[in-house]
Amino acid sequence: MPQPLANVCSTFVPEQTDGKRCWHQGCQEGVLQLVSPQAGGSAGHSASRVFHLSRKVTSIVPESCLLILLGLVLGGIVLAVAKKAEYQLEPNMFFLFLLPPIVLDSGYFMPSRLFFDNIGAILTYAVVGTLWNSFATGTALWGLHRAGLMDPGVEAGLMDFLLFGSLISAVDPVAVLAVFEEVHVNETLFIIVFGESLLNDAVTVVLYKVFNSFVELGPAHIHATDYVKGVASFFLVSLGGTAVGLLFAFLLALITRFTKRVRIIEPLFVFLLAYVAYLAAEMVSLSSILAVTFCGICCKKYVEANISQKSRTTVKYTMKTLASSSETIIFMFLGISAVDTSKWAWDTALVLGTLFFILLFRAVGVVLQTHVLNRFRLIPLDRIDQVVMSYGGLRGAVAFALVILLDREKVKAKDYFVATTIVVVFFTVIVQGLTIKPLVTWLKVKRSDHHKPTLNEELHEHAFDHILAAVEDIVGHHGYHYWRDKWEQFDKKYLSQLLMRKSAYRLRDEIWDVYYKLNIRDAISFADQGGHVLSAAKLALPSMPSRTSMSESSVTNLLRESGSGACLDLQVIDTVRSRRDKEDAAMHHVLRGSLYKPRRRYKASYSRHFISPDKQERQDKEIFRQNMKRRLETFKSTKHNVCSSKSKARLKEKGRKKKNISLTKETPNGKTQRNIPWQEAAPVLVMVSSEEEESDSSETEREDDEGIVFIARATDEVLQGKTTPGSLDVCPSPCIIPPSPTLAEKELPWKGDQADLAVYVSSETTKIVPVDMQKAWNQSISSLESIASPPGTESGPQHRRFVCPVLEEGRPQSASHVTPEQSSCFQFPSHISRSGRSQSDSSPDGPEQQELQPLMATEEQGRMPPTVEPRRLMFHRASHL
Amino acid sequence: MLLVVYPLRSLRKGLCRRETIWQYYISILNWWSVSHSQITRLYSRFTSLDKGENGTLSREDFQRIPELAINPLGDRIINAFFPEGEDQVNFRGFMRTLAHFRPIEDNEKSKDQNGPEPLNSRSNKLHFAFRLYDLDKDDKISRDELLQVLRMMVGVNISDEQLGSIADRTIQEADQDGDSAISFAEFVKVLEKVDVEQKMSIRFLH
Repeated sequence: MPQPLANVCSTFVPEQTDGKRCWHQGCQEGVLQLVSPQAGGSAGHSASRVFHLSRKVTSIVPESCLLILLGLVLGGIVLAVAKKAEYQLEPNMFFLFLLPPIVLDSGYFMPSRLFFDNIGAILTYAVVGTLWNSFATGTALWGLHRAGLMDPGVEAGLMDFLLFGSLISAVDPVAVLAVFEEVHVNETLFIIVFGESLLNDAVTVVLYKVFNSFVELGPAHIHATDYVKGVASFFLVSLGGTAVGLLFAFLLALITRFTKRVRIIEPLFVFLLAYVAYLAAEMVSLSSILAVTFCGICCKKYVEANISQKSRTTVKYTMKTLASSSETIIFMFLGISAVDTSKWAWDTALVLGTLFFILLFRAVGVVLQTHVLNRFRLIPLDRIDQVVMSYGGLRGAVAFALVILLDREKVKAKDYFVATTIVVVFFTVIVQGLTIKPLVTWLKVKRSDHHKPTLNEELHEHAFDHILAAVEDIVGHHGYHYWRDKWEQFDKKYLSQLLMRKSAYRLRDEIWDVYYKLNIRDAISFADQGGHVLSAAKLALPSMPSRTSMSESSVTNLLRESGSGACLDLQVIDTVRSRRDKEDAAMHHVLRGSLYKPRRRYKASYSRHFISPDKQERQDKEIFRQNMKRRLETFKSTKHNVCSSKSKARLKEKGRKKKNISLTKETPNGKTQRNIPWQEAAPVLVMVSSEEEESDSSETEREDDEGIVFIARATDEVLQGKTTPGSLDVCPSPCIIPPSPTLAEKELPWKGDQADLAVYVSSETTKIVPVDMQKAWNQSISSLESIASPPGTESGPQHRRFVCPVLEEGRPQSASHVTPEQSSCFQFPSHISRSGRSQSDSSPDGPEQQELQPLMATEEQGRMPPTVEPRRLMFHRASHL
Repeated sequence: MLLVVYPLRSLRKGLCRRETIWQYYISILNWWSVSHSQITRLYSRFTSLDKGENGTLSREDFQRIPELAINPLGDRIINAFFPEGEDQVNFRGFMRTLAHFRPIEDNEKSKDQNGPEPLNSRSNKLHFAFRLYDLDKDDKISRDELLQVLRMMVGVNISDEQLGSIADRTIQEADQDGDSAISFAEFVKVLEKVDVEQKMSIRFLH
């Protein structure tokens, strides 16, 4: 007996495990081992046989069906071996541990816009529909009983049947989710069925409790006030549950606002508070499902904005994992519990009657309600939608857990009810679950088409919203758009400010978010293709051909051609990483990174098992890294960009280094903040150059910076000058001649579009390198330097700075932004004045910075060194090497 | 016929000031093909907005609506009510503009395919939105025009550079003929997956 069973059993396992939900493997095998150790041995060889079948099977059969069947088989094995059923789905375990993760997951990832757009329909179906189903089913069954069609063993009165009707009629969120997720009907249909299944919890809980107490009291002792209490308790339970959820959502958002220094506990807070919301609601007998659903829906926007990228990922994956594990366990245990025949009492009339009535009344209820709703809906639900909605009313584990909870002493017919519930659950999950997909295909239900939002859609849909709100205002009709508009203003004015970090709040904008995401996508494709060809489809640019010959076009050109988009996203990739990597540079990164902070509020649809964007992101980063390394080595012409990429690294160190320096030095003229680092860096540089890689690079950079300042100061500050004679030499250098003509020519382009673009691009190129790529960069840079350095070293230290312009003569755009710097340098000797110097510090840098760091927050701008500096850095590094 | 005659009485007091009721009413019904209740309700709204009580609305009348002042696109939408070169709009013009936002009824989809396109058709809805962008009425959304709208719709936190790159990107995405502007055809194309019928419709009255 055990052997064939074990074989059968093992055939199911790989079907489950090879698919996308591989985390099921653990728990399923765990259960497998736990329940039937014998099965483990034979699983291996039969697994290979069914492996190729698995995909086909799972494409037809929903996983929930397979899990229930697997549970049945396992339960059968246990029963056969142990002669009694050992495991059962315990209601306490179900309600306290298994259900909350699923509900939280569905609430948190609920597409909130869609949900609230359809809230009217959802509420109607959830409240009116469930009430109707309960009462109609209950009374119809009672009628069946009165008619003498049932076994006389079923001792039940009207109240018992109403109680049974209340627990059997609620659509189950777990079952609906498990089945509908694989069907992919259009979003509206999905959200209505799914939303209904979530929100009808309040009705179910109230009806169940009310009828349960009525049954316990006995029909004789029920007074009219009890009915009133029942109605009142409905409002209390549902509104109270919602209120608890909102309260905890508020708390959660508020707490995550202040977790900047303890990022690690952010995910913990999300789970903890949501669970506490669930428990709190459960404790005071409010609707716990409503509580946790609304907690999830409402906190998401703020939490996502507040927590770090890493925490966001953790929350997302943990939630999905927990929910899927719970779901697996629930369905498995449903199967296992079903074999326990000791609790069964079969009555054919009751079972068939219940099945018939729930299907019939569901259909009738849906049709009637839809008829009413369609008079108010903008887009009416047509007949096909109604069929799917009626047919999609799946019952599940909630009903089972509730029926198990019944007291056998009070409810005499409990065994009959248990058996019927099991049959109903199995029937809906297996039969309806199996057939709903063919049905949907056959009826040609509008499927959801998944496409990523384009910038245009985002922008224009925003415009549509504004237009509609305005038209409603003009018409004086305070409809949906009016209230949504009001809510958004309230949210913007008060809630967001209260619940979001300042940095996150200031920079949140939905259009920008979409832009950001699109950019990431493009950057990835850009990197993916080795930078050789940007797909013409994505960035339809006339200048395509030039991209194919990489030897001619630099990275800069490439990036410029591909539009600022490509540049920007490169930075994005970096910021995301750098922010987590360096806590001490947090200030800097939060400011910069928050601009592009990805918020995935825009899930077009809910899916528990797919988190599409992120997966790709990571792997593409790796491709990206490799490509960038390769590209760097190949294209020496892009040296300029390479160097300026250093500025990236410097940025990171900036905050930290700056502090050190300002501490160590006190300069008489250190009035302007920007001066200090440059000036001080000079002496520091020489000593530090032998230090570890990071500080080395940052210091060298600073030395370059220092060069600029020094020229200015040379005349008025001798004290400083003598410490670094090398740079003093620079100021009266013979190179005065070359820059002045360039200045004249380039002054205009500098202002013009082209120069502007070039600067922009080059600075963006710097963002290509994520923090953890520093090593690779350093290597590739050094390789470049070895080629580039000869002219620099030959001409001596004074000429260092002019090597670059010379090298870049061919590319006026890049040279153009060098010149203002130089020109300012060389003019200073002539106007020997302090004011002249301070001008030199501020005036050339000011505009430059704006263009260089267009994406930086304003605070940072002041501290940003000009792009030219990193370029010189490379020669320095060469000399070190 | 009944539909037309019955509401006549209720409209008589308000409408017969300037034009004949028939002209008025039939033209409005052409756009709306709905019951009189919507029209009477909107007419009362029209008169309440009409502070000058001259049967037309001026820009100031619209600007008096408090919510419009805080709508980022408010002024553009007000302008959309006024025909080219005019600064007054009568009830018919008012209704004509609003007719764009009427939801498309089921029975309308099938009937009179060959007749003139109703104002609430998908392409008319889109064209209404398009005109909000297209200030110079050259049937193209240029970069500048797009930037202006963007500036209205995003907060001050987004810098001009960022906005510029968004605009570039948007145009790039939609532009098919390479003229660095979005024509109406391109506008329609880029929004083909959007449920415009739903997103540009309001239920005025039930």
